[in-house]
Amino acid sequence: MTEHSLAKTIFGRLTWESFPVHEPILLTTFVVVLLLGLGIIGAVTRYRLWGYLWKEWFTTVDHKKIGIMYMILGIIMLLRGFADALMMRLQQAIAFAPNEGYLPAHHYDQIFTAHGTIMIFFVAIPLIVGIVNFVMPLQIGARDVAFPFLNSLSFWLTAAGAILVMTSLFVGEFARTGWLSYAPLAELDYSPDTGVDYYLWALQIAGVGTTLSAINMVATIIKMRAPGMTMMKMPVFCWTALCSNVLAIAIFPALTAAFFLLMLDRYVGTNFFTNDLGGAPMMYWNMVWIWGHPEVYVLVLPAFGIYSEIVSTFTGKRLFGYSSMVYATVVITILSYLVWLHHFFTMGAGPSVNSFFGIATMVISIPTGAKIFNWLFTMYRGDIRFELPMMWVVAFMITFVIGGMTGVLLAIPPADFVLHNSLFLVTHFHNVIIGGVVFGLFAAMVYWFPKAFGFKLDPFWGKVAFWGWVIGYWVAWMPLYFPGLMGVTRRVRYFHDPALQPWFVVAFIGALIILVGILGFVMSIVMGFVKRRQLADTTGDPWDGRTLEWSTSSPPPPYNFAFTPMVHDLDAWYDMKVRGYERPAQGFRPIHMPRNTGAGVILSGLALVLGFAMVWYMWWLAALSFVGLLAVAIGHTFNMKRDYYIPAEEVARTESKRLPLAAAEA
Amino acid sequence: MTDHALQSNGEAVTWHLAEAEDHDHGGNGATILGFWIYLMSDALIFASLFAMFGVVSTSYAGGPVPREIFDLELVALNTALLLASSITFGEAMPHMEAGRVGPTRFWLAITGLLGAGFIAIELYEFAHLIAEGAGPQRSAFLSAFFTLVGTHGAHVTVGLIWIVVMLIQLGRHGLSLPMKRRLICLSMFWHFLDIIWIGVFTFVYLYGVLR
Repeated sequence: MTEHSLAKTIFGRLTWESFPVHEPILLTTFVVVLLLGLGIIGAVTRYRLWGYLWKEWFTTVDHKKIGIMYMILGIIMLLRGFADALMMRLQQAIAFAPNEGYLPAHHYDQIFTAHGTIMIFFVAIPLIVGIVNFVMPLQIGARDVAFPFLNSLSFWLTAAGAILVMTSLFVGEFARTGWLSYAPLAELDYSPDTGVDYYLWALQIAGVGTTLSAINMVATIIKMRAPGMTMMKMPVFCWTALCSNVLAIAIFPALTAAFFLLMLDRYVGTNFFTNDLGGAPMMYWNMVWIWGHPEVYVLVLPAFGIYSEIVSTFTGKRLFGYSSMVYATVVITILSYLVWLHHFFTMGAGPSVNSFFGIATMVISIPTGAKIFNWLFTMYRGDIRFELPMMWVVAFMITFVIGGMTGVLLAIPPADFVLHNSLFLVTHFHNVIIGGVVFGLFAAMVYWFPKAFGFKLDPFWGKVAFWGWVIGYWVAWMPLYFPGLMGVTRRVRYFHDPALQPWFVVAFIGALIILVGILGFVMSIVMGFVKRRQLADTTGDPWDGRTLEWSTSSPPPPYNFAFTPMVHDLDAWYDMKVRGYERPAQGFRPIHMPRNTGAGVILSGLALVLGFAMVWYMWWLAALSFVGLLAVAIGHTFNMKRDYYIPAEEVARTESKRLPLAAAEA
Repeated sequence: MTDHALQSNGEAVTWHLAEAEDHDHGGNGATILGFWIYLMSDALIFASLFAMFGVVSTSYAGGPVPREIFDLELVALNTALLLASSITFGEAMPHMEAGRVGPTRFWLAITGLLGAGFIAIELYEFAHLIAEGAGPQRSAFLSAFFTLVGTHGAHVTVGLIWIVVMLIQLGRHGLSLPMKRRLICLSMFWHFLDIIWIGVFTFVYLYGVLR
């Protein structure tokens, strides 16, 4: 008895039964992950890379390296999220009566929750934040972001959240409540296990990181633009990054508050979203969607910026309607905050409320349409080069417009009463998120990869990735609009009507084609690395770009710009090239740089321990890690040695390595 | 074409900033701006908590109602302490501007003591309520009350820890540039909490007792 309570004090509710050794799918995954992990750790140890990784990457405050780490995190989590998608597609393709399929309900529910949670919070957000982190400071001619340490902390907090979600795969279980964990289902009475707690702690920790990162980016854009770069001479991508991050700052507090209150319900026994003692579950829906709807714009606005940069580069023209593009972005930012209720028209708020939110939703399609026309007019009579980034842009325009139009259909409240929670809705948001955000991210990765690494991705495998994704998307998703329209609801594990089976078989085939696309993308990185001499970018400007990032070497030096550039026009680098700019060869000065610090990794590690301890009710460990967090955070403020100077000779040496190449080119 | 004309006219274009002194990271007002933006995001967390309170402010679930449990005299004392602490922080700032470490620390310490008094009274109020059976689990109204007031109290506690750290660091570093920046941020934080408290005092306590 005492032994039992001792174990309980130490391990909380963690017992041997918490490890899912009896589930063959999870066990196999665990073994594979374990072997892979051991292999990586072994290789890093064998080649003595720990010191290098710690000094050059884990503790870095360089926005370019942090951006790259965000991308790696996003791509790894994409593989996990996509594995979940394949499992669901297979289950739905075979689970027709009397066949129960291969996934028990308990497991299937965790998979669809994990898929949505991971794809938004740990794939889309890290990839978007990573691109903004890497590209934006270069585009505005800055040496780094406003708060380099905060940037490192933001990344590691996001990574800690991702690790916590991954932990739930092998220790305990994940939530079975859907990707937003609606109350009251997510309350302790209905979800007593660790799933929702994993969900809440992972997203709270990552959410703090995202909020801090957004504050950092906004301060950077407002305060650190190169001289001469007025707001209306700023590249469109920076404008969209600004709006996206302002929006993130405006919405994440609502999510944090909603999760905080749900945590109090689960841990303290308060009654915010419970069914009794006056709780108001729909308040959770409101708060969560005040975050949730603008969030898709947080993701898609930078993607719009990416398309704008690429269209103008590959048509060799200034973007058509620059200022209308900026205003459209700002209008979308504001409107996106006023539409959240369209996610639950069926709540019963009444005709006037529903009409307001329905109309506000439809109005968003106006500035979005303006953007589509701007891109088309930029291409009109342009000298279009159909290289890979441009192909992604065209695929986006065709795919996204359809998703936008089904969105307008869903914005009509009476239609939504029929389509609410149906496959039609699920297909709509995959249409806009894959067609809008994911295609944009691939375009961005292909476009800026040579800037980050000094060589292009392999074009053949890049095309495999492109066609795999585009064809796969259309085969997997377009057919599902039809069963959705006929009333098939989302998150169904088992069907009775055999007439529906062909739709799901086609969808599964589409998912397999997307798998080809994903493997093609991985191969384009691998083969790009193998052929890196052939694909090398020695000029720093492989696509004949127009914005300042292309004026640096590929990859850029740690200080980005030896001299802070002066901007005279939109498309500053194009302006410099046209007016015969010559890179200075002397007169370098020492450059003031932020010093690396391990505080971000350590704080995030402690936050991870805190989250894990709270999930499992290990109160002593939670208290300990919380005190540790405070101590390290305060200790960090006592460290006043935060900067150093790169000596002028070193700058001269780095810059001189570039000059012969530029001369050879001329 | 006009671009080339420009050049042939011999008009020299400056492509680079000849900077004598490199910019300081987080200087040029970026820290102040960033902290201000953080405060706005924190204000939105409070806005969410206020909204939650507004929705369930009459969901008593048969439990105690505001008139029975709020002790307005105690709250008035508490409010006075917090408002006074904002004035004393205001006293510290001109000394900081003038670079006088001693008086800055003195007024900061007074601010901390007033803040500690505020927290002590709040804890007393909470303990009293819970002992009466009016704990946060009793009804949605009480859940929202404890959470809103408690979140504000937690912020004040963070402010107190920050003040202690500042007192120590002022002793070590004096009024260096980073220290001044930190004090300006702390000052914004402290006054922000004052503004939030005025909302709490008005909408939770006064309005609650009225109905």
